[in-house]
Amino acid sequence: MIIDRRKFVRAAGLGVLATAAAPATKLLAEEQLVTDHSGDMPLKQPKPLTAKRWAMVVDTRKATPENVQKAIHACHHEHNVPEFDNSKDEIKWIWSEHFDHAFHEQDLHYIPEHTKHTPTLLLCNHCDNPPCVRVCPTEATWKREEDGLVMMDWHRCIGCRYCMVACPYGSRSFNFRNPREFIDEINPGYPTRMRGVVEKCTFCEERLARGKMPACVEATQDCGMITFGDLEDPNSDVSKLVRKHFSIRRKPGLGTQPEVYYIVPDDPEEHDEPTAHGEEEHS
Amino acid sequence: MRDMPKILLGLLIFVLLALFPVIYNAVTADAGTPPDLVIETQNVPGKSDCVIPGEEMRTKHMDMLMEWRNDVVRLDDRYYHDDHGRTFEKSLTNTCLDCHSNKDTFCDRCHTYMEVDPYCWDCHVIPQELEGGTR
Repeated sequence: MIIDRRKFVRAAGLGVLATAAAPATKLLAEEQLVTDHSGDMPLKQPKPLTAKRWAMVVDTRKATPENVQKAIHACHHEHNVPEFDNSKDEIKWIWSEHFDHAFHEQDLHYIPEHTKHTPTLLLCNHCDNPPCVRVCPTEATWKREEDGLVMMDWHRCIGCRYCMVACPYGSRSFNFRNPREFIDEINPGYPTRMRGVVEKCTFCEERLARGKMPACVEATQDCGMITFGDLEDPNSDVSKLVRKHFSIRRKPGLGTQPEVYYIVPDDPEEHDEPTAHGEEEHS
Repeated sequence: MRDMPKILLGLLIFVLLALFPVIYNAVTADAGTPPDLVIETQNVPGKSDCVIPGEEMRTKHMDMLMEWRNDVVRLDDRYYHDDHGRTFEKSLTNTCLDCHSNKDTFCDRCHTYMEVDPYCWDCHVIPQELEGGTR
């Protein structure tokens, strides 16, 4: 994002205000407590996680089939994603693909077998320039300007599937059938969808609003396969990772500016050789 | 013009027949038995009044839910503050159904009486439905 003068002045002004207001913010600390409708119990208004540009870094070096499955299961369970017996009806928010398939446009002729078959997590890229948003006739999908999430309003989706045609990543799925009966265990905290609606990953906007990291990130936090954070903040983990490691994005030539970055798998054998430069730090 | 009486008679019969349902209802029908709504549920004790007075809620809840839905989904505005300093989460399942956990004897009875068929439940999960083991 380019910061023009107006934005800079605004940000500087806010900064001054924030410094002045620092003592006051201490009172608000972690959670803002307000009265609940029960009168006595305070309703906990969790502090949302916010960013200027949410982005994700997937470290494929840490991707094992188990880790990948963990992330997929966590997401699909949390969001009531149905599992159909017929692959034509498949609904997917996050899924796994071999590395050479995920990045087929890289024309990877000679790469190690190990790299070729590395399971790679694919999901909505929350593009900076999302083609799905441009084609939606009802504004059922739109880009949230505050933090760059590509949002979905399932109330408004009319199921025309333009967005599915427009998305170059296959990140969107259509409910050809009523999904309810195909959900193993319904999570009552999240709605299901209905027949005739397109759905996709939302970067867990509902969790961010409650101060939680996305479900896939939380499920794999032991291995650190997925990192999520603010790319506009130079001190965030995602910023540090993309500065330190060689990362690629899917189909960059299309100009969609995807915001999911992949740290490429390295060859485990080469890793042991003393001449490897992969891990050297230049920061 | 000889046939005028016949025509008029025919017309009269036609008009009467056409208006029969209206006339019949006007004479015989009452509003039916108003639905018997169960307001007290096991979740209600200890909680204060509804978000807005019941009388208003009766006519406004559909608009309010629609407004809340847009606020939450599109504007990321998730909390409702009323004039008495109370705060509610703008959520059908977490706030409304928290007290009115009896959809079948509260929401449904009135909706059936009014012959409206809201599609909220096509997607939103009724918590107690799950407890019963049905989907």
